[in-house]
Amino acid sequence: MKHKHLLGLEEYPAEDIQTIIDTAFSFREVLERPIKKVPSLQGKTIVNLFFENSTRTRISFELAQKRLSADTVNFSASMSSLKKGETFKDTAQNIEAMKIDAVVMRHPSPGAPLHLTQHIESIVINAGDGTHEHPTQAILDMTSLQEKFGRLKGLKIGIIGDIAHSRVALSNIYGLKTMGANVTLCGPATLIPPFAEDLGVSVNYNVDEVIEWADAINVLRIQRERMGGGLLPSVREYRNLFGITTERLKMHKKEMVIMHPGPMNRGVEIDSAIADSDQAIILDQVLNGVASRMAILYLLLGGKQEKEKN
Amino acid sequence: MKISKLRKRIVLKNGTILDPLAGTQKKGDILIKDGKIEKIGKVKPPNAADIIDCEGLIVTHGFCDLHVHFREPGREDKETLESGSMAALAGGFTRVCVMPNTDPPLDSPESIRYTVDRSEECPIHIHPIGAITKGQAGQELTEMGAMLSEGAVAFSDDGLPVTDAGVMRNALEYATMFGVPVINHAEDPYLKKDGVMHEGKIATHLGLPASPDITESNMIHRDLELTELTGAQLHVPHVSSAKSVHHIQEIKKKNEKISAEVTPHHLFFTDESLKTYNTNLKVAPPIRSQVDRKALIKAVKDGVFDCIATDHAPHTIEEKEGTFDLAPFGMIGLESCFGIVNQVMVIKNNMDLVKLIQMLTVNPRKIMDFETDLFAKGVNAELTIIDPNEEWIFSKTDIYSRSGNSPYVGESLIGRVKYTIVKGHFTSFS
Repeated sequence: MKHKHLLGLEEYPAEDIQTIIDTAFSFREVLERPIKKVPSLQGKTIVNLFFENSTRTRISFELAQKRLSADTVNFSASMSSLKKGETFKDTAQNIEAMKIDAVVMRHPSPGAPLHLTQHIESIVINAGDGTHEHPTQAILDMTSLQEKFGRLKGLKIGIIGDIAHSRVALSNIYGLKTMGANVTLCGPATLIPPFAEDLGVSVNYNVDEVIEWADAINVLRIQRERMGGGLLPSVREYRNLFGITTERLKMHKKEMVIMHPGPMNRGVEIDSAIADSDQAIILDQVLNGVASRMAILYLLLGGKQEKEKN
Repeated sequence: MKISKLRKRIVLKNGTILDPLAGTQKKGDILIKDGKIEKIGKVKPPNAADIIDCEGLIVTHGFCDLHVHFREPGREDKETLESGSMAALAGGFTRVCVMPNTDPPLDSPESIRYTVDRSEECPIHIHPIGAITKGQAGQELTEMGAMLSEGAVAFSDDGLPVTDAGVMRNALEYATMFGVPVINHAEDPYLKKDGVMHEGKIATHLGLPASPDITESNMIHRDLELTELTGAQLHVPHVSSAKSVHHIQEIKKKNEKISAEVTPHHLFFTDESLKTYNTNLKVAPPIRSQVDRKALIKAVKDGVFDCIATDHAPHTIEEKEGTFDLAPFGMIGLESCFGIVNQVMVIKNNMDLVKLIQMLTVNPRKIMDFETDLFAKGVNAELTIIDPNEEWIFSKTDIYSRSGNSPYVGESLIGRVKYTIVKGHFTSFS
């Protein structure tokens, strides 16, 4: 692997992304076994440092770590000393002083993982930094696409919803572009980031056109706090213009893969019937999440050498 | 830094005397007697005179900065009038205007008096700028008349914009009675929102909330038109965008009462530099694109800007060690100023050194109606002596501010301050 850390996919090499995806598939096989555990990271200690609420990402990482036999410690902001006024730097250095190998961090501030690498020696894995990146989510999305289509190159992916505030979108854009896929962003103009075209993607405000074009769509969560903040008039208006509704998909009569990073707002950005339909691979994404994170941890923490020694 | 009391007689020997008022430079000596300019030209050193060899150096007026934050009263942990003075001296600045966004703000005659009294003990001349509105709240005007009597030289709510156009109009109209500049920090809060950097490609890549260039230019345009309406004297601080330059250039052509400043950091950096989330580059208004930077450089050469101002804004390491979105806005800039602007403007963009020095000396003094003929016989010596060619690496030990939030540490600069003379003291830097 070219990089010591996984901070984001902006400058992540295609061959390393491919290695992670391929490794994820071998761990998928492990996850299908009756005993779902391998000794790859035995003796390694990983801290899950969550400065922001998360259920699925944290559980996914924790399971991945346990399946690899690593020792894990969980830290979340609500129980931490941050509330007692300790600085980010102190928290990080204190945890590292306890001799650990890697930190998986979720933080509300863009750039926080890079900042962390300046204070500690351990390997840092970004589990989401504000509105910047969420690289492991993008990798699990790509793993799921590769599983479904057998390739990433040339795939047509629509990302629909609140792009401007989405770390999932930005990491997906970087990863998919690196792997040779085509990306179109679709959402209200107020939720498309300025200079989006500079990311090498297209923007289309017509969701029906995007559906007709795409091999797969990735539907992002619409946060209710965006309503009333002047960015969106109402749920009704959003559903009319961008909602992945039963009626809309009926109209298209098209085979298409539907993804959602979760947590879903059923009835807002996506209808229940669609989320639970055969074309949705939302639960495959969750399983691939564990496998992809196992692959990332294994490749970054030098699990390979351990295994070879065994 | 070594500060000593001026001897009775001192001769600055064989320097290049750069007179920014006359716009000339020629070799010569300066005799200072009892702290006052005695003779300029060829000086035969009298007995018992200190002789300072100025061969290869430029001797000019002490620099004057219209825009610094010395944080006293309220945040003396970041800077005091005393520590800020040391930073100023190191940058060749013998005279500064301090912004009123202290805690409490300088919004009353009493707080102006406090600053003036405290400044008397400091080794440089410090002039307070009073707040435009009480508590910098943008609503009620301050007692400008009384504050001027106590020593205020201009008015600004710097750090915060006067958002309400009606209040800004009143402030400008009211200030016309006194003929002093009004300075407005132009950033429309409705467009700025929670923006922490310039809106552009880089912000999109970094995932940081950003504000576009018109956040500034829109409000500057409003202020320029209000100035036209009221006949007031407007000084536009820390201009950061090409669009703002355009507006200022247009209205300045026909209105002499408008002046504008630019900072070294807006001339030196672009938003590309923020790619590592360096919190020392988080400033307001933000560092903008290369297009904007080039427009600012051109505007300096074209004379759109009257002066260079540092917007020296100290913050503690602890505050700047946080994440980018939460770190406070501002960087220090006094100590590094000349080495930066000389490099950008004179070395890289072929600007005339005399013109650049004018932007650090006579031009800002004119805006504030300070004494400008500092080479006249009998004037209290207020001089800065620089080596315009010295190449040096700016390091932590070159910082005299109580705060260390400089993005220039490790940067190589060209041009260095060697000596300053002000308030009867001689300061040397090695």
